[in-house]
Amino acid sequence: MPEDTNIEKKPRIGVFICHCGSNIGGFVDVKAVTEYASTLPDVVYATDNLYTCAEDGLNNIKESIKEHNLDRVVVSSCTPRTHAPLFQRTCEAAGVNKYMFTFVNIREHCSWVHMKEKEKATQKAKDLVRMGVARARFLEPQEETKIDVTPAALVVGGGVAGMTAALSLANMGFPVHLVEKEKELGGFVKNLHGLMMTKKSANEAIQPLIDKVNAQKNITQYVNSHVATVEGFIGNYDVSIGTEGSESKEVKVGAIIVATGAIPLVPEGLFGYKEHPNVVTSMEFEELCNKKEIPKLKSVAFIQCAGARGQKVSYCSRICCNVAIKTAINIAENRDNMLGATEEKAEAEAGQVVEEPAAEMKAEDEGLERRRRRRGRGRREADEAADEGGAPSSGVEITVFNRDVMAYGVEHELEFNKAREKRVKFIRYLPDNLPKVSTKDGKLEVGYFHETLKMERTMPVDMVILSTPLVSQPDAATLSQLLKVPLGQDGFFQEAHVKLRPVDFATDGVYVCGTCRGPADIAEAASQASAAASRAAIPLANGYVQAEALTSRVDETKCTGCGTCVEVCPYGALRKNDDGISEVIVAACKGCGCCGATCPEGAITMTHYTDQQLLAEAKAALEEV
Amino acid sequence: MEEGTNPEMEHPAFEPKIVAFCCNWCSYAGADLAGTTRLQYPANVRIIRVMCSGRVDPAFVLKAFSLGADGVIVAGCHPSDCHYINGNEKTAMRGIFLSEFLEDAGLEPQRFRVEWIAGSEGQKFADVVKKMVAELQTLGPIAEESA
Repeated sequence: MPEDTNIEKKPRIGVFICHCGSNIGGFVDVKAVTEYASTLPDVVYATDNLYTCAEDGLNNIKESIKEHNLDRVVVSSCTPRTHAPLFQRTCEAAGVNKYMFTFVNIREHCSWVHMKEKEKATQKAKDLVRMGVARARFLEPQEETKIDVTPAALVVGGGVAGMTAALSLANMGFPVHLVEKEKELGGFVKNLHGLMMTKKSANEAIQPLIDKVNAQKNITQYVNSHVATVEGFIGNYDVSIGTEGSESKEVKVGAIIVATGAIPLVPEGLFGYKEHPNVVTSMEFEELCNKKEIPKLKSVAFIQCAGARGQKVSYCSRICCNVAIKTAINIAENRDNMLGATEEKAEAEAGQVVEEPAAEMKAEDEGLERRRRRRGRGRREADEAADEGGAPSSGVEITVFNRDVMAYGVEHELEFNKAREKRVKFIRYLPDNLPKVSTKDGKLEVGYFHETLKMERTMPVDMVILSTPLVSQPDAATLSQLLKVPLGQDGFFQEAHVKLRPVDFATDGVYVCGTCRGPADIAEAASQASAAASRAAIPLANGYVQAEALTSRVDETKCTGCGTCVEVCPYGALRKNDDGISEVIVAACKGCGCCGATCPEGAITMTHYTDQQLLAEAKAALEEV
Repeated sequence: MEEGTNPEMEHPAFEPKIVAFCCNWCSYAGADLAGTTRLQYPANVRIIRVMCSGRVDPAFVLKAFSLGADGVIVAGCHPSDCHYINGNEKTAMRGIFLSEFLEDAGLEPQRFRVEWIAGSEGQKFADVVKKMVAELQTLGPIAEESA
């Protein structure tokens, strides 16, 4: 409760009431409000200004502080959201701590919204000034502190995202500790066969990145390793890195980037997976391609969203349609002679037309592009009507069973059209009528309901490729607890804001990129990694972080160590110390005050928004005058 | 209070006192916008600025009632739009608890509201105040026997 006895030294409050030309003065009796203000407790000076924010007004504040020895200032004018910094600087210039200032809004919240009721508006302005003065009596000066930052970073994960982020920071001159849990760098991509829209193999495509990381002296690599413990906060993390077969290593870093990637879902129990050897996931198909172990194929079916969008996981995995389109084109083009691997080459030469895509790409112009799109669209109906006829250029019949094709963006759309040109069939299914994979006389077949013909159909196939979604790493939860950063409902790491802060965590000093924050393709992962590196570089380059002056404080004598505040804090800014008592990590606290509202012992004080200050305002608001 | 009379006629001159705890980033800005666009609403509300609606201890609301408030508003950012990630989620949960508590104490549910008002929703701020003032005028002061 606000009690006068809590005020150690008798406050000396100055109140400055603004006419704002006629904006306030036209609807509120400013003179009457000023006169009233001078009668309030601890107010030693009250005056009105035509424009308090003009030079005259500001000088008036400065002079009055000196003349009347004011130790706190109340300005009653417009909104703190635009003008508080100006008046705070004025107070500071006259030697009054900027947190000894209170703003009272009698324009937006009073004169402008009660333009036809001058009497009521004047009364309300008096009430608002009384509330501001009541608050001002309990203000305390605050200091803003700078916290030093160790100019080094930790990157967790050595895939495309992790390597790109590590390289960016290392190239800026910061030492980087790069932790990879497998025995070599490369991540998910190193196990792939071909990549979309590039004629290089996946290995060829990422080798230059690996080479650069190996050559960069600022990067210390830790393979077969994991993050064992993390202590600290932005600028000052003590990290212990555990490596298989050797002693753990302690490093100090100022920022941490999480780039731990994702894994493909194993579709246990779906679409005949594991029941028939020729039902494979798209990842397994990539591995078969790498090993040159593709069996003889005459007909292959893709099943999209296998396990996604309501089956095993709820979300769309974003990349699988493009992967299927890529693989379909590769099969149709018999890329790297992938279909001849286990067959005599002669058959491939006799029966298949292998297109030379590089030459075709060169010949493309806009007109051709447009024709191609039109043709692609025109063929759809023919495809659906005769989905068992037609021959792709490779002689392999390729069908993509899909709920809807997510070939987002211009480049993916072009690849989709290219696949259609190669007579890859796209057949739609609905979630309540999934394709059924079965065997008949030892042969695989896919049964489906043709949505256009409204007919059950069956298609014999040699292989079924299940496009399974990316899912979060099984150890993501462990890392999320170590770093005190959240996972979303799908188990991926959750950024601070989906649109405005896509690579930050809410916790300062920790950043996220790549597929560990959700499915992404290589280009997206690389962009995110560059973004995360540049975000992490801000505190590293500055060498310090400015701590909030508005933070919570724990009264150790009152705290019982229940831990409620630790749970409530959105920023991980509260922790229990060795005595089991809560303590505030000032560098991490943002000053929301959620902990203060939660503490059952009243042990937490939210500076500048203390219980005492807020209740004094409430009491003043409700006083009978 | 006489029985059987029209409550709307009963307190024609009653001016309820409303305390509104508004978060700095959304609701306070919404109230600012109501002013900038000169939306007129009754002069019964007194705003107390907090950084986050999650700062509002349920005890503040109870204290406001015991100090004589006829109605209390706690206003924050819309769900998932909180400046402090999820402070407003805590407000929402406390709001449910508080509503039940106040109802058990015999206060009409119209006397306490949790509202999500964005910085762009000046109109919503004005509407919330108008509606609450009208409702409280209908209800009249908190009856002694139920408070």
